[in-house]
Amino acid sequence: MIRIALLGFGSVGRGIARAILAKDLNITVTGLADSRGGIIDAGGIDLLAALDRKGNGGPCGSPGVSPADVVAKADYDVLVEVTPTNVETAEPALGHIRGALRRRKHVVTSNKGPIALAYPELRALAEANGVLLNYEATVCGAIPLIHAIREGLAGNTISRLYGVFNGTCNYILTRMAEDSLTYEQALAEARELGYAEADPTYDVEGIDAAIKLVILANTVLDMQTTLDDVERTGITLLTPDALRLAEDQDCTIRLIGEIIPEAGVLRVSPRIVAKAHPLVVEGTLNAVTVETDLAGDLTFIGKGAGSTETASAVIGDLLYIHDRYVQGS
Amino acid sequence: MKLEMRDQPGQLVAALQPISAVGGNIIAVIHQRETSTAAEVLDVQIVLELPEGRLEKLLELLREQGVSVVRIGEERLLYECTLIVIGHLMHTDLSDTVDRIDRTGSAEVTELSLAMPAISSPSSARIIIRSTTRAEMKKAIRLLREVAEQKDLLIIEPLEDG
Ligand SMILES: NC(=O)c1ccc[n+]([C@@H]2O[C@H](COP(=O)([O-])OP(=O)(O)OC[C@H]3O[C@@H](n4cnc5c(N)ncnc54)[C@H](OP(=O)(O)O)[C@@H]3O)[C@@H](O)[C@H]2O)c1
Repeated sequence: MIRIALLGFGSVGRGIARAILAKDLNITVTGLADSRGGIIDAGGIDLLAALDRKGNGGPCGSPGVSPADVVAKADYDVLVEVTPTNVETAEPALGHIRGALRRRKHVVTSNKGPIALAYPELRALAEANGVLLNYEATVCGAIPLIHAIREGLAGNTISRLYGVFNGTCNYILTRMAEDSLTYEQALAEARELGYAEADPTYDVEGIDAAIKLVILANTVLDMQTTLDDVERTGITLLTPDALRLAEDQDCTIRLIGEIIPEAGVLRVSPRIVAKAHPLVVEGTLNAVTVETDLAGDLTFIGKGAGSTETASAVIGDLLYIHDRYVQGS
Repeated sequence: MKLEMRDQPGQLVAALQPISAVGGNIIAVIHQRETSTAAEVLDVQIVLELPEGRLEKLLELLREQGVSVVRIGEERLLYECTLIVIGHLMHTDLSDTVDRIDRTGSAEVTELSLAMPAISSPSSARIIIRSTTRAEMKKAIRLLREVAEQKDLLIIEPLEDG
Protein backbone atom coordinates (compact mmCIF):
# COMPACT_ATOMS: atom_id res chain seq x y z
CA MET A 1 0.00 0.00 0.00
CA ILE A 2 1.14 3.54 -0.70
CA ARG A 3 -0.06 6.50 1.35
CA ILE A 4 -0.26 9.91 -0.32
CA ALA A 5 -0.96 13.49 0.67
CA LEU A 6 -2.78 15.33 -2.11
CA LEU A 7 -2.38 19.10 -2.49
CA GLY A 8 -4.85 20.54 -4.98
CA PHE A 9 -8.29 19.13 -5.64
CA GLY A 10 -9.08 20.63 -9.05
CA SER A 11 -9.16 18.94 -12.42
CA VAL A 12 -6.03 16.82 -11.86
CA GLY A 13 -6.52 16.19 -8.13
CA ARG A 14 -10.06 14.98 -8.61
CA GLY A 15 -9.01 12.87 -11.59
CA ILE A 16 -6.55 11.10 -9.30
CA ALA A 17 -9.24 10.63 -6.63
CA ARG A 18 -11.70 9.18 -9.15
CA ALA A 19 -9.09 6.75 -10.51
CA ILE A 20 -8.26 5.60 -6.96
CA LEU A 21 -11.97 5.02 -6.31
CA ALA A 22 -12.57 3.28 -9.62
CA LYS A 23 -9.57 0.96 -9.63
CA ASP A 24 -7.73 -1.24 -7.21
CA LEU A 25 -4.52 0.82 -7.21
CA ASN A 26 -3.61 0.21 -3.59
CA ILE A 27 -3.29 3.94 -2.92
CA THR A 28 -4.64 5.54 0.26
CA VAL A 29 -5.02 9.29 0.71
CA THR A 30 -4.08 10.38 4.23
CA GLY A 31 -3.92 14.13 3.64
CA LEU A 32 -5.84 16.42 1.31
CA ALA A 33 -5.98 20.19 0.79
CA ASP A 34 -7.29 22.77 -1.64
CA SER A 35 -7.11 26.57 -1.42
CA ARG A 36 -9.78 26.73 1.26
CA GLY A 37 -9.22 23.85 3.62
CA GLY A 38 -7.81 20.43 4.33
CA ILE A 39 -8.15 17.06 6.06
CA ILE A 40 -5.63 14.81 7.75
CA ASP A 41 -6.70 11.22 8.44
CA ALA A 42 -4.12 8.48 8.90
CA GLY A 43 -6.86 5.88 8.45
CA GLY A 44 -7.62 7.04 4.92
CA ILE A 45 -9.80 9.91 3.74
CA ASP A 46 -13.26 9.17 2.32
CA LEU A 47 -12.64 10.40 -1.23
CA LEU A 48 -16.21 9.97 -2.39
CA ALA A 49 -17.40 12.30 0.38
CA ALA A 50 -14.63 14.80 -0.44
CA LEU A 51 -15.60 14.77 -4.13
CA ASP A 52 -19.22 15.37 -3.09
CA ARG A 53 -18.31 18.35 -0.91
CA LYS A 54 -16.29 19.78 -3.81
CA GLY A 55 -19.14 19.09 -6.24
CA ASN A 56 -21.46 21.09 -4.02
CA GLY A 57 -19.12 24.07 -4.17
CA GLY A 58 -17.60 23.60 -0.74
CA PRO A 59 -13.97 23.18 0.29
CA CYS A 60 -12.62 19.63 0.38
CA GLY A 61 -11.92 19.78 4.12
CA SER A 62 -12.02 22.05 7.13
CA PRO A 63 -10.73 25.64 6.96
CA GLY A 64 -8.61 25.01 10.04
CA VAL A 65 -6.27 22.65 8.16
CA SER A 66 -3.87 24.39 5.75
CA PRO A 67 -1.81 22.85 2.92
CA ALA A 68 1.30 23.51 5.06
CA ASP A 69 -0.28 21.50 7.89
CA VAL A 70 -0.90 18.59 5.53
CA VAL A 71 2.70 18.70 4.29
CA ALA A 72 4.16 18.90 7.80
CA LYS A 73 1.84 16.70 9.84
CA ALA A 74 0.10 14.08 7.74
CA ASP A 75 1.37 10.52 7.67
CA TYR A 76 2.25 9.77 4.03
CA ASP A 77 4.88 8.21 1.75
CA VAL A 78 4.48 10.54 -1.22
CA LEU A 79 3.35 14.15 -1.51
CA VAL A 80 1.28 14.62 -4.68
CA GLU A 81 1.46 18.29 -5.57
CA VAL A 82 -1.17 19.32 -8.16
CA THR A 83 -1.87 22.99 -7.45
CA PRO A 84 -1.78 25.77 -10.09
CA THR A 85 1.44 26.62 -11.93
CA ASN A 86 3.19 29.86 -11.05
CA VAL A 87 6.05 30.54 -13.46
CA GLU A 88 7.49 33.53 -11.62
CA THR A 89 8.02 32.20 -8.10
CA ALA A 90 6.69 28.60 -8.26
CA GLU A 91 5.13 29.29 -4.84
CA PRO A 92 3.45 28.08 -2.75
CA ALA A 93 4.15 24.71 -4.37
CA LEU A 94 7.93 25.10 -4.14
CA GLY A 95 7.83 25.53 -0.36
CA HIS A 96 5.53 22.54 0.06
CA ILE A 97 7.76 20.33 -2.08
CA ARG A 98 10.84 21.38 -0.10
CA GLY A 99 8.99 20.67 3.14
CA ALA A 100 8.04 17.16 2.05
CA LEU A 101 11.52 16.31 0.76
CA ARG A 102 13.06 17.46 4.05
CA ARG A 103 10.67 15.09 5.81
CA ARG A 104 12.11 12.35 3.59
CA LYS A 105 8.89 12.01 1.62
CA HIS A 106 8.88 11.33 -2.10
CA VAL A 107 7.20 13.97 -4.28
CA VAL A 108 5.15 13.60 -7.46
CA THR A 109 3.94 16.77 -9.17
CA SER A 110 2.10 17.95 -12.27
CA ASN A 111 3.09 21.53 -11.49
CA LYS A 112 5.52 23.00 -14.02
CA GLY A 113 6.61 25.96 -11.88
CA PRO A 114 8.86 24.26 -9.33
CA ILE A 115 10.41 21.88 -11.88
CA ALA A 116 11.14 24.61 -14.45
CA LEU A 117 12.52 27.05 -11.87
CA ALA A 118 14.24 24.93 -9.24
CA TYR A 119 14.91 21.43 -10.49
CA PRO A 120 18.64 21.22 -9.64
CA GLU A 121 18.03 22.34 -6.07
CA LEU A 122 15.01 20.06 -5.56
CA ARG A 123 16.77 17.10 -7.10
CA ALA A 124 19.78 17.59 -4.80
CA LEU A 125 17.45 17.90 -1.81
CA ALA A 126 15.64 14.70 -2.81
CA GLU A 127 18.94 12.86 -3.21
CA ALA A 128 20.26 14.09 0.11
CA ASN A 129 17.14 12.72 1.75
CA GLY A 130 17.10 9.45 -0.16
CA VAL A 131 13.77 10.06 -1.90
CA LEU A 132 12.49 10.59 -5.44
CA LEU A 133 11.01 13.62 -7.18
CA ASN A 134 8.91 12.64 -10.20
CA TYR A 135 7.14 15.04 -12.57
CA GLU A 136 5.97 13.08 -15.63
CA ALA A 137 2.66 14.99 -15.78
CA THR A 138 4.37 18.38 -16.23
CA VAL A 139 5.16 17.68 -19.90
CA CYS A 140 2.51 16.51 -22.40
CA GLY A 141 -0.03 15.15 -19.90
CA ALA A 142 -0.61 11.47 -20.50
CA ILE A 143 2.40 10.86 -22.75
CA PRO A 144 5.13 9.14 -20.67
CA LEU A 145 7.85 11.19 -22.34
CA ILE A 146 10.11 11.68 -19.32
CA HIS A 147 10.06 7.98 -18.44
CA ALA A 148 10.65 7.07 -22.09
CA ILE A 149 13.71 9.31 -22.32
CA ARG A 150 15.06 8.52 -18.83
CA GLU A 151 14.59 4.78 -18.80
CA GLY A 152 13.58 3.51 -22.22
CA LEU A 153 16.13 5.55 -24.14
CA ALA A 154 18.92 5.50 -21.53
CA GLY A 155 22.25 5.29 -23.37
CA ASN A 156 21.00 7.16 -26.41
CA THR A 157 22.23 10.60 -27.37
CA ILE A 158 19.40 12.90 -28.36
CA SER A 159 20.30 15.18 -31.24
CA ARG A 160 16.95 16.91 -31.60
CA LEU A 161 13.58 16.86 -29.90
CA TYR A 162 10.59 18.68 -31.34
CA GLY A 163 6.85 18.61 -31.38
CA VAL A 164 3.45 19.91 -30.45
CA PHE A 165 3.48 20.70 -26.73
CA ASN A 166 0.35 22.79 -26.37
CA GLY A 167 -3.10 21.37 -27.06
CA THR A 168 -4.85 24.76 -26.98
CA CYS A 169 -2.72 26.13 -29.83
CA ASN A 170 -3.03 22.90 -31.74
CA TYR A 171 -6.80 23.07 -31.48
CA ILE A 172 -6.87 26.69 -32.68
CA LEU A 173 -4.58 25.96 -35.65
CA THR A 174 -6.52 22.82 -36.57
CA ARG A 175 -9.75 24.82 -36.66
CA MET A 176 -8.21 27.72 -38.62
CA ALA A 177 -7.02 25.25 -41.27
CA GLU A 178 -10.22 23.18 -41.41
CA ASP A 179 -12.77 25.94 -41.69
CA SER A 180 -10.76 29.05 -42.59
CA LEU A 181 -11.60 30.56 -39.20
CA THR A 182 -9.74 33.67 -38.10
CA TYR A 183 -7.51 33.36 -35.06
CA GLU A 184 -10.10 35.23 -32.97
CA GLN A 185 -12.94 32.93 -34.07
CA ALA A 186 -10.96 29.77 -33.37
CA LEU A 187 -9.90 31.10 -29.96
CA ALA A 188 -13.50 31.91 -29.06
CA GLU A 189 -14.49 28.38 -29.99
CA ALA A 190 -11.65 26.90 -27.91
CA ARG A 191 -12.82 28.96 -24.94
CA GLU A 192 -16.39 27.78 -25.31
CA LEU A 193 -15.23 24.16 -25.27
CA GLY A 194 -13.06 24.75 -22.22
CA TYR A 195 -9.79 24.22 -24.14
CA ALA A 196 -8.61 27.78 -23.55
CA GLU A 197 -8.50 29.84 -20.36
CA ALA A 198 -10.24 33.20 -20.01
CA ASP A 199 -6.74 34.69 -20.33
CA PRO A 200 -5.13 32.54 -23.01
CA THR A 201 -1.79 34.43 -23.07
CA TYR A 202 0.15 31.65 -21.42
CA ASP A 203 -0.86 29.17 -24.14
CA VAL A 204 -1.11 31.26 -27.32
CA GLU A 205 2.12 33.19 -26.76
CA GLY A 206 3.98 29.90 -26.50
CA ILE A 207 4.94 30.35 -22.82
CA ASP A 208 3.45 27.01 -21.76
CA ALA A 209 5.33 25.18 -24.53
CA ALA A 210 8.53 27.06 -23.65
CA ILE A 211 8.30 25.98 -20.00
CA LYS A 212 7.96 22.36 -21.08
CA LEU A 213 11.09 22.73 -23.22
CA VAL A 214 12.98 24.14 -20.23
CA ILE A 215 11.83 21.18 -18.10
CA LEU A 216 12.99 18.66 -20.72
CA ALA A 217 16.26 20.50 -21.34
CA ASN A 218 17.15 20.77 -17.66
CA THR A 219 15.96 17.39 -16.43
CA VAL A 220 16.63 14.87 -19.20
CA LEU A 221 18.91 16.60 -21.72
CA ASP A 222 21.73 17.76 -19.44
CA MET A 223 21.25 21.44 -20.25
CA GLN A 224 20.99 24.40 -17.92
CA THR A 225 18.41 26.78 -19.24
CA THR A 226 15.78 29.25 -18.14
CA LEU A 227 12.62 30.53 -19.77
CA ASP A 228 14.59 33.52 -21.10
CA ASP A 229 16.77 31.18 -23.18
CA VAL A 230 13.79 30.08 -25.25
CA GLU A 231 13.35 31.94 -28.54
CA ARG A 232 9.59 32.29 -28.58
CA THR A 233 6.88 33.32 -31.07
CA GLY A 234 3.20 32.62 -30.48
CA ILE A 235 0.28 32.08 -32.84
CA THR A 236 -1.71 35.28 -32.30
CA LEU A 237 -0.66 36.88 -35.59
CA LEU A 238 -1.47 33.93 -37.82
CA THR A 239 -3.97 34.55 -40.60
CA PRO A 240 -6.35 32.21 -42.42
CA ASP A 241 -4.48 33.26 -45.59
CA ALA A 242 -1.22 31.93 -44.20
CA LEU A 243 -2.83 28.58 -43.46
CA ARG A 244 -4.31 28.47 -46.95
CA LEU A 245 -0.92 29.27 -48.53
CA ALA A 246 0.53 26.33 -46.59
CA GLU A 247 -2.43 24.14 -47.53
CA ASP A 248 -1.81 24.84 -51.25
CA GLN A 249 1.44 22.92 -50.85
CA ASP A 250 -0.04 20.04 -48.82
CA CYS A 251 1.35 21.58 -45.69
CA THR A 252 -0.12 23.17 -42.62
CA ILE A 253 1.11 25.35 -39.74
CA ARG A 254 1.69 24.07 -36.20
CA LEU A 255 3.20 25.63 -33.08
CA ILE A 256 6.39 23.62 -32.69
CA GLY A 257 8.69 23.48 -29.68
CA GLU A 258 12.19 22.42 -30.59
CA ILE A 259 15.39 21.60 -28.72
CA ILE A 260 18.74 21.01 -30.40
CA PRO A 261 20.96 20.20 -27.40
CA GLU A 262 24.31 20.43 -29.14
CA ALA A 263 23.60 23.85 -30.62
CA GLY A 264 21.97 25.07 -27.41
CA VAL A 265 18.81 25.90 -29.36
CA LEU A 266 15.45 26.10 -27.62
CA ARG A 267 12.66 27.59 -29.63
CA VAL A 268 8.90 27.76 -29.88
CA SER A 269 7.46 29.10 -33.11
CA PRO A 270 4.81 28.44 -35.73
CA ARG A 271 6.32 26.25 -38.46
CA ILE A 272 5.28 24.93 -41.84
CA VAL A 273 4.82 21.16 -41.61
CA ALA A 274 3.85 18.67 -44.34
CA LYS A 275 0.32 17.40 -43.66
CA ALA A 276 1.58 13.84 -43.89
CA HIS A 277 4.12 14.44 -41.10
CA PRO A 278 3.47 12.36 -37.96
CA LEU A 279 3.52 15.52 -35.83
CA VAL A 280 0.46 16.90 -37.60
CA VAL A 281 -2.12 15.76 -35.07
CA GLU A 282 -5.66 17.04 -34.78
CA GLY A 283 -7.47 18.89 -32.02
CA THR A 284 -5.91 19.10 -28.57
CA LEU A 285 -3.49 16.20 -29.03
CA ASN A 286 0.22 16.52 -28.30
CA ALA A 287 2.97 14.87 -30.37
CA VAL A 288 6.72 14.77 -29.87
CA THR A 289 9.51 13.39 -32.05
CA VAL A 290 12.82 12.44 -30.44
CA GLU A 291 15.82 11.94 -32.72
CA THR A 292 18.39 9.59 -31.21
CA ASP A 293 21.60 7.89 -32.29
CA LEU A 294 20.79 4.30 -31.31
CA ALA A 295 17.01 4.06 -31.43
CA GLY A 296 16.52 6.29 -34.48
CA ASP A 297 13.52 8.60 -34.54
CA LEU A 298 10.57 8.02 -32.24
CA THR A 299 7.28 9.89 -32.24
CA PHE A 300 4.93 9.91 -29.25
CA ILE A 301 1.31 10.99 -29.69
CA GLY A 302 -1.32 11.34 -26.98
CA LYS A 303 -3.53 13.54 -24.84
CA GLY A 304 -1.58 16.46 -23.43
CA ALA A 305 -4.18 17.45 -20.86
CA GLY A 306 -7.41 16.39 -19.21
CA SER A 307 -8.40 15.26 -15.77
CA THR A 308 -8.07 11.48 -16.17
CA GLU A 309 -5.23 11.66 -18.67
CA THR A 310 -3.03 13.83 -16.45
CA ALA A 311 -3.97 11.67 -13.45
CA SER A 312 -2.61 8.72 -15.43
CA ALA A 313 0.86 10.28 -15.53
CA VAL A 314 0.74 11.07 -11.80
CA ILE A 315 -0.37 7.53 -10.94
CA GLY A 316 2.38 6.11 -13.17
CA ASP A 317 4.94 8.07 -11.14
CA LEU A 318 3.36 6.93 -7.86
CA LEU A 319 3.44 3.25 -8.76
CA TYR A 320 6.99 3.60 -10.07
CA ILE A 321 8.04 4.91 -6.66
CA HIS A 322 5.98 2.28 -4.88
CA ASP A 323 7.63 -0.56 -6.77
CA ARG A 324 11.11 0.63 -5.93
CA TYR A 325 10.99 2.39 -2.61
CA VAL A 326 7.92 1.99 -0.51
CA GLN A 327 8.13 -0.83 2.01
CA GLY A 328 5.18 -2.65 3.44
CA SER A 329 2.24 -4.71 2.26
CA MET B 1 24.22 20.64 -61.97
CA LYS B 2 22.97 18.17 -64.55
CA LEU B 3 24.96 15.83 -66.77
CA GLU B 4 23.26 14.27 -69.79
CA MET B 5 24.56 11.24 -71.59
CA ARG B 6 23.38 8.59 -74.05
CA ASP B 7 21.88 5.54 -72.42
CA GLN B 8 24.25 2.95 -73.80
CA PRO B 9 25.16 -0.21 -71.94
CA GLY B 10 27.76 0.41 -69.28
CA GLN B 11 27.72 4.21 -69.54
CA LEU B 12 25.94 4.84 -66.27
CA VAL B 13 28.15 2.55 -64.24
CA ALA B 14 31.24 4.06 -65.85
CA ALA B 15 30.05 7.54 -64.88
CA LEU B 16 29.47 6.81 -61.20
CA GLN B 17 33.05 6.09 -60.16
CA PRO B 18 34.53 9.40 -61.42
CA ILE B 19 31.74 11.36 -59.74
CA SER B 20 32.55 9.91 -56.36
CA ALA B 21 36.28 10.25 -57.10
CA VAL B 22 35.96 14.04 -57.32
CA GLY B 23 33.79 14.20 -54.22
CA GLY B 24 30.48 14.65 -56.05
CA ASN B 25 27.14 13.73 -54.63
CA ILE B 26 24.47 12.17 -56.86
CA ILE B 27 21.01 13.53 -56.18
CA ALA B 28 19.01 11.80 -58.92
CA VAL B 29 19.36 9.67 -62.02
CA ILE B 30 16.63 10.34 -64.56
CA HIS B 31 15.95 8.40 -67.73
CA GLN B 32 14.44 10.69 -70.30
CA ARG B 33 12.88 9.89 -73.66
CA GLU B 34 13.56 12.71 -76.06
CA THR B 35 10.32 13.27 -77.89
CA SER B 36 11.85 15.81 -80.22
CA THR B 37 14.20 13.45 -82.01
CA ALA B 38 12.81 11.20 -84.69
CA ALA B 39 14.84 8.20 -83.60
CA GLU B 40 13.89 7.04 -80.13
CA VAL B 41 16.97 7.79 -78.15
CA LEU B 42 17.04 7.39 -74.40
CA ASP B 43 19.00 9.96 -72.49
CA VAL B 44 20.20 9.66 -68.98
CA GLN B 45 20.37 12.69 -66.77
CA ILE B 46 22.41 12.69 -63.64
CA VAL B 47 21.65 15.47 -61.19
CA LEU B 48 24.57 15.99 -58.87
CA GLU B 49 26.30 18.32 -56.50
CA LEU B 50 29.97 19.03 -57.07
CA PRO B 51 32.48 20.73 -54.83
CA GLU B 52 33.62 24.08 -56.24
CA GLY B 53 36.11 23.80 -59.13
CA ARG B 54 35.94 20.04 -59.73
CA LEU B 55 33.98 20.07 -62.99
CA GLU B 56 37.01 20.06 -65.30
CA LYS B 57 38.54 17.13 -63.47
CA LEU B 58 35.26 15.22 -63.61
CA LEU B 59 34.88 15.73 -67.35
CA GLU B 60 38.43 14.56 -67.89
CA LEU B 61 37.83 11.38 -65.86
CA LEU B 62 34.56 10.74 -67.68
CA ARG B 63 36.31 11.07 -71.04
CA GLU B 64 38.92 8.56 -69.87
CA GLN B 65 36.09 6.14 -69.00
CA GLY B 66 34.65 6.56 -72.48
CA VAL B 67 31.50 8.24 -71.25
CA SER B 68 30.13 10.74 -73.74
CA VAL B 69 28.57 13.69 -72.03
CA VAL B 70 25.92 15.23 -74.24
CA ARG B 71 25.13 18.29 -72.21
CA ILE B 72 26.05 19.95 -68.96
CA GLY B 73 23.27 21.88 -67.32
CA GLU B 74 24.36 24.48 -64.85
CA GLU B 75 21.40 24.10 -62.50
CA ARG B 76 22.95 26.08 -59.72
CA LEU B 77 20.14 26.65 -57.29
CA LEU B 78 19.71 23.22 -55.81
CA TYR B 79 18.31 24.01 -52.41
CA GLU B 80 14.75 25.10 -51.99
CA CYS B 81 12.93 26.42 -48.97
CA THR B 82 9.32 27.54 -48.65
CA LEU B 83 8.46 30.16 -46.04
CA ILE B 84 5.37 32.15 -45.16
CA VAL B 85 5.59 35.81 -44.23
CA ILE B 86 2.83 37.69 -42.40
CA GLY B 87 2.62 41.41 -41.75
CA HIS B 88 2.17 44.73 -43.47
CA LEU B 89 4.05 43.49 -46.50
CA MET B 90 3.17 46.26 -48.93
CA HIS B 91 3.69 49.11 -46.47
CA THR B 92 7.09 47.70 -45.62
CA ASP B 93 8.21 47.48 -49.26
CA LEU B 94 7.87 43.84 -50.23
CA SER B 95 10.12 44.25 -53.28
CA ASP B 96 12.91 45.54 -51.04
CA THR B 97 12.47 42.46 -48.84
CA VAL B 98 12.86 40.23 -51.88
CA ASP B 99 15.77 42.31 -53.20
CA ARG B 100 17.71 41.91 -49.99
CA ILE B 101 17.72 38.12 -50.52
CA ASP B 102 18.43 38.35 -54.25
CA ARG B 103 21.35 40.74 -53.68
CA THR B 104 23.24 38.01 -51.81
CA GLY B 105 23.96 36.49 -55.23
CA SER B 106 23.88 32.99 -53.82
CA ALA B 107 20.20 32.79 -52.97
CA GLU B 108 17.14 34.16 -54.64
CA VAL B 109 13.41 34.38 -54.25
CA THR B 110 12.06 32.34 -57.15
CA GLU B 111 8.36 32.39 -56.31
CA LEU B 112 6.06 34.66 -54.42
CA SER B 113 2.34 34.18 -53.80
CA LEU B 114 0.62 37.04 -52.08
CA ALA B 115 -2.80 36.85 -50.49
CA MET B 116 -4.45 40.23 -50.41
CA PRO B 117 -6.48 40.76 -47.28
CA ALA B 118 -8.99 43.41 -46.35
CA ILE B 119 -7.54 46.92 -46.36
CA SER B 120 -5.21 47.70 -43.46
CA SER B 121 -5.12 44.18 -42.05
CA PRO B 122 -1.85 42.28 -42.32
CA SER B 123 -1.22 40.32 -45.51
CA SER B 124 0.33 36.88 -45.95
CA ALA B 125 2.74 35.67 -48.60
CA ARG B 126 4.41 32.42 -49.44
CA ILE B 127 7.90 32.73 -50.80
CA ILE B 128 10.23 30.13 -52.21
CA ILE B 129 13.93 30.74 -51.85
CA ARG B 130 16.47 28.77 -53.84
CA SER B 131 20.17 28.70 -53.13
CA THR B 132 23.36 27.03 -54.24
CA THR B 133 24.28 25.36 -50.97
CA ARG B 134 22.72 24.51 -47.65
CA ALA B 135 24.97 27.03 -45.91
CA GLU B 136 23.82 29.78 -48.27
CA MET B 137 20.22 28.85 -47.53
CA LYS B 138 20.83 29.18 -43.82
CA LYS B 139 22.40 32.58 -44.46
CA ALA B 140 19.45 33.69 -46.58
CA ILE B 141 16.98 32.65 -43.88
CA ARG B 142 19.02 34.47 -41.25
CA LEU B 143 18.97 37.56 -43.42
CA LEU B 144 15.22 37.25 -43.87
CA ARG B 145 14.81 36.99 -40.10
CA GLU B 146 16.79 40.22 -39.67
CA VAL B 147 14.68 42.01 -42.26
CA ALA B 148 11.54 40.66 -40.59
CA GLU B 149 12.66 42.03 -37.27
CA GLN B 150 13.26 45.50 -38.74
CA LYS B 151 9.94 45.49 -40.56
CA ASP B 152 7.95 43.77 -37.83
CA LEU B 153 7.01 40.79 -39.98
CA LEU B 154 6.35 37.25 -38.82
CA ILE B 155 8.33 34.56 -40.62
CA ILE B 156 7.07 31.00 -40.55
CA GLU B 157 9.88 28.61 -41.34
CA PRO B 158 9.56 24.99 -42.36
CA LEU B 159 10.05 22.33 -39.72
CA GLU B 160 12.75 20.39 -41.57
CA ASP B 161 15.63 22.86 -41.47
CA GLY B 162 16.01 23.14 -37.75
N1 LIG C 1 -5.49 20.08 -16.22
C1 LIG C 1 -4.59 19.46 -16.97
O1 LIG C 1 -4.95 18.79 -17.90
C2 LIG C 1 -3.12 19.55 -16.62
C3 LIG C 1 -2.19 18.86 -17.43
C4 LIG C 1 -0.83 18.89 -17.09
C5 LIG C 1 -0.43 19.62 -16.00
N2 LIG C 1 -1.34 20.33 -15.25
C6 LIG C 1 -0.88 21.08 -14.07
O2 LIG C 1 -1.41 20.47 -12.91
C7 LIG C 1 -1.69 21.45 -11.93
C8 LIG C 1 -3.13 21.36 -11.53
O3 LIG C 1 -3.95 21.59 -12.64
P1 LIG C 1 -5.54 21.57 -12.56
O4 LIG C 1 -6.03 21.64 -13.94
O5 LIG C 1 -5.97 20.49 -11.69
O6 LIG C 1 -5.81 22.98 -11.85
P2 LIG C 1 -7.17 23.47 -11.20
O7 LIG C 1 -8.32 22.70 -11.75
O8 LIG C 1 -7.17 24.93 -11.25
O9 LIG C 1 -7.03 23.00 -9.65
C9 LIG C 1 -6.09 23.54 -8.80
C10 LIG C 1 -6.36 23.06 -7.40
O10 LIG C 1 -5.35 23.58 -6.54
C11 LIG C 1 -5.98 24.22 -5.44
N3 LIG C 1 -5.14 25.30 -4.95
C12 LIG C 1 -4.96 26.55 -5.45
N4 LIG C 1 -4.08 27.23 -4.71
C13 LIG C 1 -3.71 26.41 -3.71
C14 LIG C 1 -2.85 26.54 -2.59
N5 LIG C 1 -2.18 27.66 -2.40
N6 LIG C 1 -2.70 25.49 -1.78
C15 LIG C 1 -3.39 24.33 -1.98
N7 LIG C 1 -4.22 24.15 -3.00
C16 LIG C 1 -4.37 25.17 -3.86
C17 LIG C 1 -7.30 24.70 -5.95
O11 LIG C 1 -8.15 24.92 -4.86
P3 LIG C 1 -9.71 25.30 -5.03
O12 LIG C 1 -10.37 24.01 -5.46
O13 LIG C 1 -10.10 25.69 -3.64
O14 LIG C 1 -9.77 26.38 -6.02
C18 LIG C 1 -7.70 23.51 -6.83
O15 LIG C 1 -8.27 22.50 -6.06
C19 LIG C 1 -1.31 22.79 -12.54
O16 LIG C 1 -0.02 23.15 -12.11
C20 LIG C 1 -1.33 22.52 -14.02
O17 LIG C 1 -0.45 23.35 -14.73
C21 LIG C 1 -2.67 20.29 -15.54
